[in-house]
Amino acid sequence: MQHARKIGEPILTVEGVSLAFGGVRALQNVSFDVREHEIRAIIGPNGAGKSSMLNVINGVYHPQDGKITFAGKVRQHVDPHEAAARGIARTFQSLALFKGMSVLDNIMTGRNLKMRANLLLQALRIGPALREEIEHRAAVERIIDFLEIQAYRKTPVGRLPYGLQKRVDLARALALEPRVLLLDEPMAGMNVEEKQDMCRFILDVNDQFGTTIVLIEHDMSVVMDISDRVVVLDYGRKIADGTPDAVRNDQAVIDAYLGVSH
Amino acid sequence: MLKKNWPVVALIALLVAGLVAPLATGASAVGFYVEVLLGGLMAGVLYSLVALGFVLIFKASGVFNFAQGAMVLFAALAVARMAEVMPWWLAAALAVVIMVILAWLIERLVLRPLVNQEAIALLMATLGVTYFLDGFGQTVWGSDIYEINLGIAKEPVMILDRLFQGGILVNKEDFVAAIAAAALVAGLALFFQKTPTGRALRAVADDHQAAQSIGIPLNRIWVIVWSVAGVVALVAGVIWGAKLGVQFSISQVALKALPVVILGGFTSVPGAIIGGLIIGVGEKMAEVFLGPVLVKAFDLAGGGIENWFAYMLALLFLLVRPEGLFGEKHIDRV
Repeated sequence: MQHARKIGEPILTVEGVSLAFGGVRALQNVSFDVREHEIRAIIGPNGAGKSSMLNVINGVYHPQDGKITFAGKVRQHVDPHEAAARGIARTFQSLALFKGMSVLDNIMTGRNLKMRANLLLQALRIGPALREEIEHRAAVERIIDFLEIQAYRKTPVGRLPYGLQKRVDLARALALEPRVLLLDEPMAGMNVEEKQDMCRFILDVNDQFGTTIVLIEHDMSVVMDISDRVVVLDYGRKIADGTPDAVRNDQAVIDAYLGVSH
Repeated sequence: MLKKNWPVVALIALLVAGLVAPLATGASAVGFYVEVLLGGLMAGVLYSLVALGFVLIFKASGVFNFAQGAMVLFAALAVARMAEVMPWWLAAALAVVIMVILAWLIERLVLRPLVNQEAIALLMATLGVTYFLDGFGQTVWGSDIYEINLGIAKEPVMILDRLFQGGILVNKEDFVAAIAAAALVAGLALFFQKTPTGRALRAVADDHQAAQSIGIPLNRIWVIVWSVAGVVALVAGVIWGAKLGVQFSISQVALKALPVVILGGFTSVPGAIIGGLIIGVGEKMAEVFLGPVLVKAFDLAGGGIENWFAYMLALLFLLVRPEGLFGEKHIDRV
């Protein structure tokens, strides 16, 4: 397979974003950018605003202040399904799979945006609708092979072990063929082996599909090995931004993680 | 398993016993028994249809749609009045369009402004929709009793008279209606299982947030679900209207779907179907066979069991199995 990885220009720029829930200021004047094809990590202690940041990019929350530029265009009010349509996919920290549905159906939902046939054709399964279904099924099969979940196609996801469910979540997001993939604590709650598998998949996705990845993680060690650049948040503010090595040795970051008396 | 579920098992055993008792005790001739059974199944299919409307909307939008009964009446009125100036099938086709527009309006004017509100606020909103539809339907279409004539003979036909003494009397219209309703239910089930839109509907039913994040627009799904519920209401309305005449009481009969969904489970499509059949058969059997027994034993005036049987059964199910036969069990974290 072609080596697609070549870090390019910024694809996503966040400038001066502030988000508050009532009196709680989840994000204060946060700015950073994400370059095309890179793996960008957002880390920070609990309550630092990592998930809020991801939810802002994904369109779940709408910041009171600030500017987000995606693929050269400044975004106005964007809802999650619009963000998805423009090429931003995500996974969830606490699994949000469609539990009653099979692995295959879960991943197929990720192709829904790309289906064009109208309801009537779909209902009758004729002509373009059938061709479309076959075409998308083939794409989904490639993802299933890629993530090595061939054996579980027809299993209802609710019955899979946790690590595999996380993989299905990733597969569903990949089915959108996103330009930017947001991963919300992809390794949370995993054992060492599962963590290694997930790291490998993240690197492979980035390497083979050239997908830009933004991941948030609470555990610093995992992230440092796979990220190109790291943003560190603490109490809703950005306290560091740079390569893993630079961030690791930053005094503000060490203080935030270990705690200091102010 | 059995030990823990004994009240449910006992209740089901009681129902089955009640079902076979008239035959086993020889209280009823076979032919008559089958007639009652068929009558119950036919009514049951209609309950299933209305219950299906409830379940679809509840799954997809988390709204308990009290207006389902009013939608049945509204659709039936529309068909009945329009059929006065055109063939009934054309009137029905136009009524489908009306129900889709109605679904779209409800999404725009009621659901969208109330998104993320408490469930009770949404329930109250559908109560409002109920009374609006009841009243508005009468304003537009009138408040008399109207007929829907499907052009199928209403007089009963004798079948299987070689097999049983006396044969079985069936109404051809009922028979066609039951088959049409069953076909609709089966078609919908296939649609949900096999098409991309059906997949999207199931996805929304499972997890709103995740569905949105993969690009499924909730608003569009809501319009589709309410439209489907509207069409289901239309079919139920036409069948009931043809049978009983289109009148206000249809909106009340349709509320029998409430005990049906309690019995089958609020989130289960198969539950709605089977629940409808159980209630339909159960209340007919109770009326015909249990009624006379009660009358004799307690010297009552008799009759009317059909009116309360469904609700009694639902109440019993609430006591022993609140999630219904096929519903998802709720486990709350404390």
